[in-house]
Amino acid sequence: MKRPITLTVNGTTYQHEVEPRLLLVYYLREVLGLTGTHIGCDTTSCGACTVLMNGLAVKSCTVLAAQADGADILTVEGLAQDGKLHPIQEGFWEEHGLQCGFCTPGMMLTALQILERNPNPSEEEIRHGLDGNLCRCTGYQHIVNSVKNAARKLKEERIPVIPVRKAVNTRAPVAGAGKEAD
Amino acid sequence: MVISHALGARIKRREDPRLITGRAIYVDDLNFAGMVHVAIVRSPHAHATIRSIDTTAARRAPGVVAVWTGEDVKARCGPLPVGPRIKEMKAPKRFPLVIDGVVRHVGDPVAAVVATTMDAARDASDLVEVDYEPLPSVQDPEAALEPGAPILHQDLGTNVCFRMTYGGGNVEEAFAGADVVVKTRIVQQRLIPAAMETRGVVAQYKGGELTVWTSTQIPHVVKTTLAETVRLPEHEIHVIAPEVGGGFGSKLDVYGEEGLVAALALALGRPVKWIESRRENFIATIHGRGQIDYVELAAHHDGTVAGLRVRAIADLGAYSQLLTPGVPTNTGLMCCGCYRIPNAHAEVIGVFTNRTPTDAYRGAGRPEATFLIERAMDLLAAELKMDPVEVRRKNFIPPAAFPYKTPTGAVYDSGNYERALDKALERADYRALRDEQAKLRKQGRYLGIGIATYVEITGLGAVAGLSGGNWESATVRVEPTGKVTVLTGTSPHGQGEETTFAQIVSDRLGVPVEDVVVLHGDTRAVPHGVGTFGSRTTPVGGSAVYVAAEKVKDKAVQIAAHLLEAAPADISTDGARFTVRGSPERSVEFKDVARMAYKAYKLPAGMEPGLDVTHFFVPKERVFPFGTHLCVVEVDPDTGEVTFRRYIAVDDCGNILNPLLVAGQIHGGIVQGLAQAIYEGVTYDDEGQLLTGTFAEYVVPQATDVPAFELDHTVTPSPHNPLGAKGVGEAGTIGATPAVVNAILDALAPFGVKDLQMPITPRRVWEALEGNSASR
Repeated sequence: MKRPITLTVNGTTYQHEVEPRLLLVYYLREVLGLTGTHIGCDTTSCGACTVLMNGLAVKSCTVLAAQADGADILTVEGLAQDGKLHPIQEGFWEEHGLQCGFCTPGMMLTALQILERNPNPSEEEIRHGLDGNLCRCTGYQHIVNSVKNAARKLKEERIPVIPVRKAVNTRAPVAGAGKEAD
Repeated sequence: MVISHALGARIKRREDPRLITGRAIYVDDLNFAGMVHVAIVRSPHAHATIRSIDTTAARRAPGVVAVWTGEDVKARCGPLPVGPRIKEMKAPKRFPLVIDGVVRHVGDPVAAVVATTMDAARDASDLVEVDYEPLPSVQDPEAALEPGAPILHQDLGTNVCFRMTYGGGNVEEAFAGADVVVKTRIVQQRLIPAAMETRGVVAQYKGGELTVWTSTQIPHVVKTTLAETVRLPEHEIHVIAPEVGGGFGSKLDVYGEEGLVAALALALGRPVKWIESRRENFIATIHGRGQIDYVELAAHHDGTVAGLRVRAIADLGAYSQLLTPGVPTNTGLMCCGCYRIPNAHAEVIGVFTNRTPTDAYRGAGRPEATFLIERAMDLLAAELKMDPVEVRRKNFIPPAAFPYKTPTGAVYDSGNYERALDKALERADYRALRDEQAKLRKQGRYLGIGIATYVEITGLGAVAGLSGGNWESATVRVEPTGKVTVLTGTSPHGQGEETTFAQIVSDRLGVPVEDVVVLHGDTRAVPHGVGTFGSRTTPVGGSAVYVAAEKVKDKAVQIAAHLLEAAPADISTDGARFTVRGSPERSVEFKDVARMAYKAYKLPAGMEPGLDVTHFFVPKERVFPFGTHLCVVEVDPDTGEVTFRRYIAVDDCGNILNPLLVAGQIHGGIVQGLAQAIYEGVTYDDEGQLLTGTFAEYVVPQATDVPAFELDHTVTPSPHNPLGAKGVGEAGTIGATPAVVNAILDALAPFGVKDLQMPITPRRVWEALEGNSASR
């Protein structure tokens, strides 16, 4: 029943055998141990699990791990490089764009897609781009400010919106990992 | 109190680095070797008798380790708390699973399936066969009061949990002598708190210690309760609230699953994990609001209010949870609002219904109180053809009247309601707005201006249902190198006290904010505490930190004086250094004083070593934040759509420790209040099935659904705590709902629409206008 997949997550290539029903979010969280991607609902409504797949924001609860075969995935863990925060992370920090932090990884990755498509978004365009990601704490205003802050910094510092990885390592399948039910 | 560079500064949060890098650990991020997973079988019926439960197939399913029903719980678990003790309250006992063979709401937990993976547990839970005999159910709290209504708890013989009355003066006489009386019936629809992280529990019994990680606002209360629920001595129980993804009151409870998972870990000898699904969260975690209020306001022709009569019927749902009765009773206490109302009477009735239990949700009884009085004031203004601003001004409790005791028994600490109102009006340019409104009406466009002037109550906690009174603990521990560790009994889930409490310590001791770490949520690490709710963190928890830091400073000065061979009164300090006044060459560094406190070979006679103080802060009284929210909307009469033009909030939360964090609290609060006005509402069908069971049907606002907010403040410090702070976690929610509803109804005034049921959806507006189409 299991099928092999090969995919790159935050610059590292992984190979695993996975159950056909395994969702990408569970693959990231339970197989790779990347628990920064959160699960907030079971109806693809909240956006907490948003990651970038081949540069596009996807809700990883609605993508099968098998569908991600061959894909390049970016999660919150891949935003900072060499200990330096990405401007979107600095933006959220400086503008108080988070309170409980649960929606934040998904919000930041969605924000990257907004900025990738439009480096100078208006407030209205930012809000439109954030629809699909729920936040229950902030009332969104500080999140909008955070995205504006990041847009400014990305422009000033001429940083690519989506982090570019320097080296790609390949990891062999981890023993026992990827197993679902006994 | 002097607000220093550290206190009152816009400092970015110290908790954020772990949260923005994905390194924070929430309950679901915990994994242990050998861990098993729980899925809970829940009732699909609102009211039914369980004829039998067959777990045979489930037990045989792949990966299943155990299946428990009420029988297993009966043998292993004691009861859960059922609310603060109110006189003559009738509340049934609650257990982790249904143990008396009757389910009372959709979602009532019937059985638990434990398996080696989450999927295996969920798959097997579908194989548990429960044979139900459906019983007649009652959904509406007023219907539940009728004779012959189905009774939820047969042994109580009634659906009434409690009746409370508040009031003073002579209400009958006031109404008899009044010129006008306005009346309204308000349905405070149920709301779903919907924290982005659902609940979750992990428990492990190892080395004679039970460790429970739970997504809670009150880890210490959970620990004390678990001792009874799982029958283990309290000192063998360790509760940890790790990163908590929002609460808003929904995690201010001790839930059955906490006891269940702990009992399973004890019985199975393996780590056990339960993570609530979102669908479960909507039926098994408490709902908020749920109240029907009959309001009558009597006044004289000049707008002076003579009397207020309120009958509040609270839909408690199927059981009384930790604080359930404390919510509607807040409405009774606070229903007079900002106004001098000499004669008031409020009756509050708590009623069981076959629905998910209600409990504290952001505001907890104060939004309901504020809404009813603010709507009544607008109705009165309309009746008397007065400006809503003038009616409010006429009745405000004047600044000189504080402390002010309301006829319902609340003692307001301080306030200047007119100042906040004036600031909001000035910022909005109220006169110009009214002119614009008149102009637009002639063009067939409908602008509405809504005002809510609120006062609320914070620093709650003095209730018998909790493990303590209205106090909070703090430890300020200066380490031998001069770095500072703060332990707080509050338990944040987004509020940011790792930052604000560090600011308080920095202000008192002069150490940099970066040199202070604030720990919370771990019952082994921090002294017994109460928790985070009721906007109590800063006024109560922060004050505990303040006093502990003051005591540390006093001791440090004594040590410094001893080292410098001077009198303590002659020592001055900038925090980093202690100096003998007038002799700048005679000084010692803070870190050297800290080291000496522990080396202890040169301390004043009789002084204990260490620089480590724990303080339990008890506020003199509760505190009462207030403010004015002003909302401007435009309503499209053809579609019923409401568009926000402006939203101005002038809040007075006393002294502000960090304006960035205060703004965050107000923004988030306003959105939850605004959402009640126009978006959110729980819908059940007549059989008690939740129709708004996912985010697809229950409308939590998205970024485009809400406007940007204009915030301002007045500052009226509270005299009841050393920070002069009042708390701001719920103010936004309390002010927003009536401001938005008043704005919409103001826009619709030309159509003769006086009241609309929340949430005021485009459809409800459109239908109301269709009914009044003759007036167009």
